[in-house]
Amino acid sequence: MKKRSFLQTEGFGSFASSVMAILAGLLVGLIVLLLSNPSQNPSQAFGGFGAILLGAFTDAKNLGQVFYFAAPIIMTGLSVGFANRTGLFNIGAAGQFIMGAYAAVYVGVQWKFLPGATHWIVALIAAALAGALWGSIPGLLKAFCNVNEVIACIMTNYIGMHLVNFLVSETVFDSLRNQSHRPTGSAVLPKAGLDQIFRAGNSPSSVNIGIFIAILAGIAIWIILSRTRFGYELKACGYNREASRYAGINEKRCIVYSMAIAGALSGIGGALLYLSGAGKGIEVLDVLAAEGFNGIPVALLGLSNPIGIIFSGIFVAYLNVGGFNMQLFNFAPQAIEIIIAVIIYFSALALIFRSFLARLTRKNLAHDAVPDVPAEAPDAPPDDSKNTNGEGN
Amino acid sequence: MDTLYFLVQQTMFFSIPLLVVALGGMFSERSGVVNIALDGTMIIGAFSSILFINIFQEALPGQPILLLAILIAAATGMIVSLAHAYASVNMKSDQVISGTAINMFAPAFAIYVVRMIRTTQQIPFVNQFRIDSVPILGDIPVLGGLFFKNTYITTYLGFLILVLAWIVLYKTRFGLRLRACGEHPQAADSVGVNVYRMRYAGVLISGALAGLGGLVFVIPTSTNFNATVSGYGFLALAVLIFGQWKPVRVLVAAFFFGLMKTIASAYSGIPFLANLGISSDLYKMIPYIATLIVLAFTSRKSQAPRAEGIPYDKGGR
Repeated sequence: MKKRSFLQTEGFGSFASSVMAILAGLLVGLIVLLLSNPSQNPSQAFGGFGAILLGAFTDAKNLGQVFYFAAPIIMTGLSVGFANRTGLFNIGAAGQFIMGAYAAVYVGVQWKFLPGATHWIVALIAAALAGALWGSIPGLLKAFCNVNEVIACIMTNYIGMHLVNFLVSETVFDSLRNQSHRPTGSAVLPKAGLDQIFRAGNSPSSVNIGIFIAILAGIAIWIILSRTRFGYELKACGYNREASRYAGINEKRCIVYSMAIAGALSGIGGALLYLSGAGKGIEVLDVLAAEGFNGIPVALLGLSNPIGIIFSGIFVAYLNVGGFNMQLFNFAPQAIEIIIAVIIYFSALALIFRSFLARLTRKNLAHDAVPDVPAEAPDAPPDDSKNTNGEGN
Repeated sequence: MDTLYFLVQQTMFFSIPLLVVALGGMFSERSGVVNIALDGTMIIGAFSSILFINIFQEALPGQPILLLAILIAAATGMIVSLAHAYASVNMKSDQVISGTAINMFAPAFAIYVVRMIRTTQQIPFVNQFRIDSVPILGDIPVLGGLFFKNTYITTYLGFLILVLAWIVLYKTRFGLRLRACGEHPQAADSVGVNVYRMRYAGVLISGALAGLGGLVFVIPTSTNFNATVSGYGFLALAVLIFGQWKPVRVLVAAFFFGLMKTIASAYSGIPFLANLGISSDLYKMIPYIATLIVLAFTSRKSQAPRAEGIPYDKGGR
């Protein structure tokens, strides 16, 4: 009886379907490696595959790199996932991310008067505000002018990219390195000894407290969404705008707040990447920030659940670090993105698997008169596809 | 006058791929399936056809090889969109998810394949497809300079697709049924329309046009393919929504955006704008800001196909 009810839980269903999708993705990855084997030697393909699976565990430094890469994409994943839960499709994480990154770098480079730890904290807050500002533009346009948020987000992505290119060249440009200046020491996120734990010999990894900030943000978003009235109102707007208006919720305000919070999350993500002290600067290129778009698969893999997104972000970063190691076997690292794409594709199919599982176990328990738990209930992503391009009214 | 000719010709290069891809997206969305995978499909179409041109360009002459490449781009785009159709029609999954998967898969696949068979990731090609002046038509004063000089076959193909799309959507039984499936699939099904088949058709047409659009985008604007279409698939999605899912409005939207884009990238050739001394980065923002402003004033009555994004479940009728 106990076992059955465990099988019936929604958590088990999503877990089982995610595991299935991941296994399918890895299998396709192995096939790709075998097919594209440059030296016609299967052991090389298996070596490369082993590097994907275990590469991040070869030494502590690699493990640290996993957390370093995970922090920004957890933030953009949270941004997309949070908007999803409130019925909005935030495809504008790239613009919000780079606006946040610029604000953080500007504060980090120019506001040297800030003492000690306040410097990086102010830089983070500036990033959150810049991201929130950028996210609220599509929010305001949707709430008051009925502009589809997908198109507004796409436009603000490009506007943000060009604006940051302009601002970086005007205010914080380092012509020697052809990118933005590095933030001064006090603006760099503290390592808190993590780089000494995760190191290989004398070379420390780039990990810093950013991963803790990302995890805290995930927990905070989880609390807002599932434990507060505010979060309940936001979700209600996402499910049904008319009904929530009828219930006395100000649905215009909800949309703006949702997008602003989503923007702030992406903005902090930008700060985490560029305040990491790993020497990375904002380059003046006409290319949208990849971290922004990578938030979408992270959110989807995490089923738009904040806690799930923390794990999926770490998982994606883990595969990416494995991908760097795979290059030792003469494979292009893009194999990783192929694998992630296949995993996402199968996760779309796995939602079916999940409801199938739920139906199966429910049938077995039909006589138990247990109120059934449909797999789609609270933690599945809301029916956001409806809102992707359509308008509420 | 030369400036005007130049502007019109440039606008064509930016607008035609947007038009073709947005029309593709229109077929998918009017049948009720959101196709966010346009960008990835463009990349796959451009990748396969440019690779084809790269391999065969010494063996075959200019225009025939372009026509073959067009077919290849459309076919591969269609194959990729099959995956999207299967997930969103048969498996009734969230249509954004499989679209995202394709968007992620396409550039990775393009780079991976080229890097495994060559050392670099770019695919170069010789642009032997430009038509200096169309015979006879190019000699017409004014009009010839505007539309029939410094052009590509693909430009006219774009307009042909527009006319065909309008006819198919509004003047054929197929189009009526397709639209019904996007508005009220239950009603369509009740009178014997096969909703699944219609949605498959919509997604496959969008795949073919998006794949073709990828090639149309790369040919006039570059001499190598680097696994990207500069986000044009997403812009086409924006053009589609801007154009209210209707062919003629999509044309207007595509040309509005293309013109703005031309002004933004060619301002240095326009004496008045060049003298203002404003940073080029700010000019590049113009198309996007202008689109947002126009949308803010015109979106009040915006109406997407009503059943868009909702998987059709026969049992739920």
